[in-house]
Amino acid sequence: MRKRIERQTLHLYIEGELDMKNANDLKSLIDMEIDKKGIRIIVLHMEDLQFIDSSGLGVILGRYKKLLPLGGKLKISNVPPHLYKIMELSGLPKIIEFLPKKEVL
Amino acid sequence: MKVNKIILTFSSLPENVTIARMLTSALGAQLNLPLNELEELKVSVSEAVSNAIIHGYNNNPDKFVTLKIDATTDKITIQVIDKGRGIPNIKQAMQASFSTDPERMGLGFIFMQSFMDKLNVESEIDHGTKVIMVKHINTQPPSSH
Repeated sequence: MRKRIERQTLHLYIEGELDMKNANDLKSLIDMEIDKKGIRIIVLHMEDLQFIDSSGLGVILGRYKKLLPLGGKLKISNVPPHLYKIMELSGLPKIIEFLPKKEVL
Repeated sequence: MKVNKIILTFSSLPENVTIARMLTSALGAQLNLPLNELEELKVSVSEAVSNAIIHGYNNNPDKFVTLKIDATTDKITIQVIDKGRGIPNIKQAMQASFSTDPERMGLGFIFMQSFMDKLNVESEIDHGTKVIMVKHINTQPPSSH
């Protein structure tokens, strides 16, 4: 997974499939950035995400909830069209900010 | 009516969630399911198998999960079976945002319900759980617009 830190914002580019097999790896990676490196703003880029289920969505919601009391933010960018429906059903767009591509440079 | 059946029993390992999903997707593709329906099938199988591993077997990798797929020309029936601890209250387990694990969203059954045409759960404490899901196949040719 590609990552870059710019102006104290962590950008993570999630690729492939996010299910119970690797959701915990994403969780540990993000938690380390928050706990050890003091990252407070995270943008998850999803243009190369092919599949996500409730295990993956749970980790995203969990990181959002972890950042909230720390004054941090988690945002999602570039959700591919085939994942719109599951995102919608999960209710995440109601609590997490979804960014269109041009706003995230 | 042409019928295809697949029965696969695999270790309750997270890696096998991917395999169960791929297998179902490959079969769905052969039945010419549209891409969005293949996606829905993949999510549903993923949720059912994840539930079996996480909740049925408490992540014990030494147990086994069985996936049964039964395809005809007009519907695809998927069963995910574990011999784990069972669900004490199926009705409660199927409600939105009910999860025994705070890191999970309790969305598994919601996705299965939304993405499949029929969902049935049979469970017995200490004997296991069987999730039966049906998706109808639209035999009409896709419209031209």
